[in-house]
Amino acid sequence: MQQRSFSGVSQSPRSPSKQPPYLAVSVTDPAKMGNGVQAYISYKVITKTNLPEYQGLEKIVIRRYSDFVWLRDRLFEKYKGIFIPPLPEKSTVGTNKALSCAEKFRFTAEFIEMRRQALDIFVNRIASHHELQQSEDLRIFLQADEQTMERARSQETGIFKKKPADLMQIFKDVQSRVSDVVLGKEKPVEESNPDYEKLKRYVFELEDHLAEAQKHAYRLVKRHRELGQSLSDFGRAVKLLGACEGEALGKAFSELGTKSEMLSVKLQKEAQHLLMNFEEPLKDYVRAVHSVKGTIAERAAAFRQHCDLAETIKLKEIDLNKLRLTRSERTVDAEHEYEELKADGEEARRRFEMIVRLMNEEMVRFQEEKTLDVGLAFHEFAKGQSRLANAIADAWRSLLPKLEACSSS
Amino acid sequence: MMGYENQGHEEAHLYATPEEMESLVLTDNDDSSHHQSQPNHHHPLSSSLPFAAQIPTDDDHLLASPSSLMHFQSQSQNPIPIPNHSSSFKFILEPPSYADAVFRSFDGDHINETNGHDSSSGDLSSSPPSTVEYLSISVSDPQKEQDLANSLVSGGNTYVTYLITTRTSLPDFNGSEFSVRRRFKDVVTLSDRLSESYRGFFIPIRPDKNVVESQVMQKQEFVEQRRVALEKYLRRLAAHPVIRRSDELRLFLEVDGRLPLVRNTDVASRMLDGAVKLPRQLFGESVGAVDVSEVVQPAKGGRDLLRLFKELKQSVTNDWGGAKPPVMEEDKEFLEKKEKLQDFEQQISNVSQQAESLVKAQQDIGETMGQLGLAFVKLTKFETEEAVYETQRVRAADMKSVATAAVKASRLYRELTAQTVKHLDKLHEYLGAMLAVNQAFSDRSSALLTVQTLLSELSSLHLRIEKLEAASSKIFGGDRSRIRKIDELKETIRATEDAKSCAIREYERIKENNKNELERLDKERHDDFFNMLKGFVVNQAGYAEKMASVWDMVAEETNGYAKDGS
Repeated sequence: MQQRSFSGVSQSPRSPSKQPPYLAVSVTDPAKMGNGVQAYISYKVITKTNLPEYQGLEKIVIRRYSDFVWLRDRLFEKYKGIFIPPLPEKSTVGTNKALSCAEKFRFTAEFIEMRRQALDIFVNRIASHHELQQSEDLRIFLQADEQTMERARSQETGIFKKKPADLMQIFKDVQSRVSDVVLGKEKPVEESNPDYEKLKRYVFELEDHLAEAQKHAYRLVKRHRELGQSLSDFGRAVKLLGACEGEALGKAFSELGTKSEMLSVKLQKEAQHLLMNFEEPLKDYVRAVHSVKGTIAERAAAFRQHCDLAETIKLKEIDLNKLRLTRSERTVDAEHEYEELKADGEEARRRFEMIVRLMNEEMVRFQEEKTLDVGLAFHEFAKGQSRLANAIADAWRSLLPKLEACSSS
Repeated sequence: MMGYENQGHEEAHLYATPEEMESLVLTDNDDSSHHQSQPNHHHPLSSSLPFAAQIPTDDDHLLASPSSLMHFQSQSQNPIPIPNHSSSFKFILEPPSYADAVFRSFDGDHINETNGHDSSSGDLSSSPPSTVEYLSISVSDPQKEQDLANSLVSGGNTYVTYLITTRTSLPDFNGSEFSVRRRFKDVVTLSDRLSESYRGFFIPIRPDKNVVESQVMQKQEFVEQRRVALEKYLRRLAAHPVIRRSDELRLFLEVDGRLPLVRNTDVASRMLDGAVKLPRQLFGESVGAVDVSEVVQPAKGGRDLLRLFKELKQSVTNDWGGAKPPVMEEDKEFLEKKEKLQDFEQQISNVSQQAESLVKAQQDIGETMGQLGLAFVKLTKFETEEAVYETQRVRAADMKSVATAAVKASRLYRELTAQTVKHLDKLHEYLGAMLAVNQAFSDRSSALLTVQTLLSELSSLHLRIEKLEAASSKIFGGDRSRIRKIDELKETIRATEDAKSCAIREYERIKENNKNELERLDKERHDDFFNMLKGFVVNQAGYAEKMASVWDMVAEETNGYAKDGS
């Protein structure tokens, strides 16, 4: 299968057109469907592509959150070693303890927009990942009609779906191993790769630091809103005072009050901008780190399997030799089993090594991606703060000549 | 999410304590320039503000130099167990160039009237007085003293005295610089004397008595609070154009030892001659000259029982009786002003409240910005130390500039808040001033009530004489006892007439005082509020501009990441 990248250079020999291959996806138009407890949000997923595997140049499908979850789970299963792009959380579980009244929140405009943005980023990351973009599941997700999608979703059985409890256990194991290594208590069945140990430690600590930064970023959003609210209240009170005072002073108060109210609006806007363009990317970064942890867990599982099989093979070999010496009738069967085991072992080793190789590549990609993402978030943050500060300065400065004029009268 | 449950026990170590954050943030040596203004030890806006204690005062770490960033870092027990080694925050957050972040107060060119009218300015003690007639007072050095007179009886009554230091160029005083020791009780006496002598004036309200246990009385905090309150009060008195020339104030400030302000009349004499002078005949005593000071004082509860009773009866008649009272408040202009002031009081109270919330919101946002900055500082340090790829170092550099900016912005917010508080404090001052205004208005109404009472008294006396004369004329040769009674009543009427004239004079005097004070209030309010608004606006604009330039720099530096066309 041809490795396709979208740098635009390589083309499939079958494709007659000279246009470079592209795959552009967007998630738009959230709409509330259904009523009451059954209600959910549906999104339009628009695919524009000239790839032959896709039906036509443009396709629009309707998807809901659980469809995205399906896609993520399938990719996680199939592409071990790759950091699957993260999904936004289900609404009732949030990293923000500040969220109360989760039910109502599910349908607030703010939450819906946040989620839409995150889902859009999710699909786009998949579509631009050189391995993941070739996934059959992605194609199903982007093209299948709703009934097919629903069937696929409900077919998820225990084979594919790791129960949260299992994943939890794996995380715990990984974590305890990390700390064990840190504490110097080596356990068996563990990669003794110092670079990898360092990496694991890095990932875990990174998550803590990021979570703290994100927490404060969210609080900062709230503070903007609060400041906006108090400016509005202040403005109103000052205007009332102005009405009571009358004349020049009264006018001055009124103008101040009006400016105050105007700035309040700007603050609310900035709060929203901060949320979407700074806090959300930080949260996304945290989720991405979780995804890396998931892969770490997979690698640990694969390693354990590989080791276990190696052990089993060794034991089997000893048995087999014993049987050979005794020229038992079971020798032939035993040899079959031995060969099978060797094949399995080979398979397990290959799987593990592929994960290792992929992880190394992924780490590079991950770090680069994050530098860009975070850099952009910082840029937006700084721009927003600058814009806000300038607006505030302008508003107050514009009052000064009026104040001077009034006071001299 | 999944990994979080295990993180709990580590949280306490990884996240800095607020104090640590404070120390990281507060290291700007230019803050030393702030000593031009009085340290606001207690939040001027109100004692109900929860965050009052946290606004940094000049005696904080503000004077540390930038290089002590590291000093603080090593001093505070840094609980961060980041597995590294010798590095500190210093190389992460090198001392920013504070040249571009000089935090001068923006109202350097705010003209403080040093003539004493600007009663809230704290600059009287530090800047040389520029006008001819200054009266500058400071309160300091609280000392515990023993009340020797009662020590045998109550087993050692201790109280606190304060050193009142005055510098003045007013000719009324004997000297230009002197000090006395006073206790709070003396202040209460001063305040009472002033309200008696200066009825109708807007006399600044004295600090509360605070009925608390002696334990609390001696606590450092309480004493300090009281010291500040006393100083403010005395300065306000000194700022009042009439009161600053009063004997009462002068004696209080000048005369060492026991305070020579006695009550005009003491309890005993009031009971016997005092208020009961008015309807003399009950006591059957000869009518003497009416003591003006009696009439001139409002009826005080507990002592002038009879007078109180009469005036109460009068006020009931005013309110419920069908007939109009003999003299009414007719000054339309006054009534309008009064109503307006009531409205004003309400609005000021409202604005004052909202101003408190605004200040708090500003402070909060600054605090959170600082915490965000700190979190990024830690992240920067982490990425730099753990960097395997070049891209991590790039990211760390970006993070560092954001962290620095956030910390700077946090400091700016903090400064802005402190300045805002100083400006908006004016609102609170005027709220207090309204109390004085209401007191002056009530002086006026009680004086009016006295006049009305006397007038009613006179008319009922006349009525009685009429009745007696009518009855007496029916008896041939006259009725001796009745005639005697009539004579007595006539005497009473004369005395009451005198009293009435006094009362009317007093009422008119108070009205005049009210009028002048209202004019003064209007003018001062006009000036004060304009200055307040200007100061507020200049500050907000100035700090916003500084913040804008801080963030502009970061936006510039991270321009490369911008999406096309953004």
